[in-house]
Amino acid sequence: MNAALPIIAASVVVALAVGVRARSGEEMSLEQWTVGGRGFGTMLVFLLMAGEIYTTFTFLGGSGWAYGKGGPAYYILCYITLAYVTSYWLLPPIWTYAKERRLFSQPDFFAAKYDSPLLGILVALVGIVALVPYMVLQLKGLGIIVATASYGVVPPWAAIWIGAATVTAYVMVSGVRGSAWTAVIKDTMILVVVLFLGIYLPLHYYGGFTAMFEAIEAAKPGFLALPDKGQSPVWFASTTLLTALGAYMWPHTFASLYTAKDAGAFRRNAVILPIYQLINLFVFLVGFAAILQVPGLKGPEVDLSLFRLAIQSFPPWFVGIIGATGVLTALVPGSMILMSGATLIANNLYRPMRPGTTNAATARLAKFVVPILALVCVGFTLQGGETIVQLLLLGYSFVTQLFPSLVTSLLLNNPLTRDGAIAGLVTGVAAVTVMTLSGATIGTLVPFLPTAFHDLNTGIVALALNLVVAGLVSALRPAPVVVR
Amino acid sequence: MVYVRWLAVLPFLGMLIGPFVFNRVTSFVFGMPLLLAWLVFWVLMTSVVMGVIYLCDPSNRTEGGGR
Repeated sequence: MNAALPIIAASVVVALAVGVRARSGEEMSLEQWTVGGRGFGTMLVFLLMAGEIYTTFTFLGGSGWAYGKGGPAYYILCYITLAYVTSYWLLPPIWTYAKERRLFSQPDFFAAKYDSPLLGILVALVGIVALVPYMVLQLKGLGIIVATASYGVVPPWAAIWIGAATVTAYVMVSGVRGSAWTAVIKDTMILVVVLFLGIYLPLHYYGGFTAMFEAIEAAKPGFLALPDKGQSPVWFASTTLLTALGAYMWPHTFASLYTAKDAGAFRRNAVILPIYQLINLFVFLVGFAAILQVPGLKGPEVDLSLFRLAIQSFPPWFVGIIGATGVLTALVPGSMILMSGATLIANNLYRPMRPGTTNAATARLAKFVVPILALVCVGFTLQGGETIVQLLLLGYSFVTQLFPSLVTSLLLNNPLTRDGAIAGLVTGVAAVTVMTLSGATIGTLVPFLPTAFHDLNTGIVALALNLVVAGLVSALRPAPVVVR
Repeated sequence: MVYVRWLAVLPFLGMLIGPFVFNRVTSFVFGMPLLLAWLVFWVLMTSVVMGVIYLCDPSNRTEGGGR
């Protein structure tokens, strides 16, 4: 027993209490449960959007990338910023359309825009395949954080079960309101903790930022910039762009934008969020500080650099606070993922097969699916294996394939038809699967390209194939024009 | 607004093209390696650019933001 454990336990209890209380007497209809009655103000929308972007990946992965890869980590800072730029024009029309038609989920949007229940089902399938590994990643992170911050007292499997049960409980009771209000606590804590760590650790160990970077440059020349091969500037630009386009294509992020009360919230957030996400810079500083202080972490261990350095630097009670913050970075996105996953299954897979299912019945089914989905994710997490990492890479590339047909559907005259959108999506998803599983690179796919292009992200190829097929099918098989 | 909107291209140029030019560790700017300092500068500029676009956008003048 040490001082860290009660603090971590308290954070779980507080998250559960706040999450359950967030229901605040509302009758949990489908409209309330999935999209908070479309009544969230700028502040809650801000936290939901930021809440999904600051996940365990930011906390563990951000510092881990800075520690293990150096310069390439900067792409995280850039893709989030560019995603916010696109959000200014992308989100308001999606929100307006979804409100007019009372849509609940991302597949609803595609099904309505293209007048195609089949496309809706496809989008739902893509979403679920992408969401499950994303949830597994959160649970895995949670297990690592609790095990490390409790100094090994709580084994990962116990933390994973407790975390999953907590999230399941408050998601079933409060839906998206639970996520939003727990996000308030999470973002406050992460802001304070990460700013403190990012400033204190470099000053404490090196006496200053320049001194720290000079020491790293002396030990590992060029580590703080991009390498000439592999994760080169070509890789950096293509990955940043691709990830920025995909950022809002995740089903849980997409659905959370339906919660807004007005479209102005998105435009205001697009101004503030770039500066706000500089939190990531401070996460990097922690990872950089760890390079020379806790050297020798290899492979997946690099994700522990933040906690290893914290344990070496602080008393247990403070490690507990960092652990509690880490737990919340897993629970909040986890709750969003579970809720939107359950909505996809109930509203977009079950409902189309049984036309006439009411909103009330769909809401009941969705809440019933939450614990089942949570169990599946816990199962995958405890089974472990490298396959899940493969799946996550697939997941990110999968959701990005939704981008072309989404953007064209916002144009006054959509050049893509229903058949075109379906063909493009299927092609893109198939291309991503084949390339990821075979480990192909641009160099092996199109060897005649100059070597400078070999580091292009392969997702670009899939996206290009998607667009070409969608365009060709739309041109060759003109469907009856639907004016919207 | 029509012209101001094009300012949004700048963050893309700064972050996607910039690394080809400023992919160096030294010299340190505000204590940061050159490439990191360049990208952080563009994060800050993005907020500035989006702020200008926001202020010039007529759809933000109506109460509640309109559509």
